[in-house]
Amino acid sequence: MTLTFINVVAAVIIAIAFVAANAAYLVWAERKGAGFIQRRPGPLENGPWGLLQPPVDGIKLMTKQLLIPGGVDKIIFVIAPVLAMFPTIVSFVTIPFSETIVAHNMNIGLLMIFVFGSMSAMALLMGGWSSRNKYSMISSVRAVSQAVAYEIPMLITTITVVLIAGSLDLMEIVGKQTGGFWHWNVWPLKAGLFNILMPVSFLIFFVCSLAETNRAPFDLGEAESELVAGFHTEYSSMGFGLFFMGEYANIVIGACLTTILFLGGWDCPFGLFPGVWWFIIKIYALICTFIWIRWTFPRTTIYSLLNLSWKVLIPISLFNLLLTAGLLKVF
Amino acid sequence: MMKTLFTADGLVGLIFLFNLGVTIIGGLVACSAERLVRAVVGLVVCFVGVAGTYYFLNSPFIAMMHVLIYIGAVAVAISFAIMLAAPEEKKKRGPSGPLSGPAGLITALLLTSGLVTLAFKTEWTSFKKINDGTVKTIGIQLLTNHSMVFELISIVLLIAILGALVIARGGRGN
Repeated sequence: MTLTFINVVAAVIIAIAFVAANAAYLVWAERKGAGFIQRRPGPLENGPWGLLQPPVDGIKLMTKQLLIPGGVDKIIFVIAPVLAMFPTIVSFVTIPFSETIVAHNMNIGLLMIFVFGSMSAMALLMGGWSSRNKYSMISSVRAVSQAVAYEIPMLITTITVVLIAGSLDLMEIVGKQTGGFWHWNVWPLKAGLFNILMPVSFLIFFVCSLAETNRAPFDLGEAESELVAGFHTEYSSMGFGLFFMGEYANIVIGACLTTILFLGGWDCPFGLFPGVWWFIIKIYALICTFIWIRWTFPRTTIYSLLNLSWKVLIPISLFNLLLTAGLLKVF
Repeated sequence: MMKTLFTADGLVGLIFLFNLGVTIIGGLVACSAERLVRAVVGLVVCFVGVAGTYYFLNSPFIAMMHVLIYIGAVAVAISFAIMLAAPEEKKKRGPSGPLSGPAGLITALLLTSGLVTLAFKTEWTSFKKINDGTVKTIGIQLLTNHSMVFELISIVLLIAILGALVIARGGRGN
């Protein structure tokens, strides 16, 4: 009894520490990446290569005053950042990092991640509305309409993977992809099934995960040239910090999900030493791609963003699903 | 027979009561909040309680779908509607409708008495699993024993889509 209790506490602490460490050091990685792309050094002063910048930033955020501006809806204003952070931590419960490292494997794990992902839209809406600031409100409406629009093609594309794996269990989805590079879902040459549409699915899923995590070129929610700082304009101190951590934790979850669904999870491309290290390598490669894309592409406009989803991605993903189902029926 | 709190049954009852409490508190907030957005937040709390009850009653899939649809889609859609309709919130109750006063009271009494009679007349089967509540069993049940409900839901959705199209037909100019 006590042992299970200790296990549960340890799992919770490790999950929160993993999320927080990632959030902190991804900010550093992002600033370094931005510096590299824009031919400047990035953070340098604190520690070697600026490695002590994240803890210093954290201390700064925590010691600042938490200002609650006059006229805001206090209860919702305070709840919103917590609600932005909480679902992302819960999502880590069911993500399998390797065959043995998973906090609680559920047979509906994939569904659970989407469920908690959809809750964060509510948090943005609450934060933006309660700030009583026109910029915040416009930004939250944008962020939510974007999240709703891109959730549809993302879910439809995920169904193609679920059809192939025949399960919503993340362990089983990875289990179906073991056996090296060419067995991963992203390639059409999967053993016994020649579905040439898988790269299309992967591309749609990747674009949607960029948009779902509010990353450039789809970061219309916090377009600083138009909306000050977006839905967190009025937040100071750790209120802002929690929104920020939630965003980076969401990026990690997006990378984990892409890895699990399409890139074979903890499977090694050459069949050597499958394990958690391959999973980590894959998610950080994806995160580096996210950062690379953010600092390479300019921001789109809100209309072209919504048009891309409703007029391009949703029809393509629907056809993709139909054709995949047909292929599975025929072969 | 009185059951004490410190048995398995007692703890189970406590968890059930917790879910029930969350649902009722959420519902009360939703009904009595003076600001519409707070009412939506209360509704979300209520949905979380209902989802918890589903989870408690051994159907995690339904619980997840409940959260996904009602919090992820319905509550967000309601918030959109509120923002488009009344961005400047005032702490004010609107004019009372035709159902307020005695008519509302009578309706509430009828509804409550009906539900209470239903609750006491029904033969409740306790602690019995109908099935294992997995995706597979739910899918089989929906497409065999309860296919009528399934088809009717699709008709309701079709009508909703048609209604949306009719409303949107005028275009942006109107």
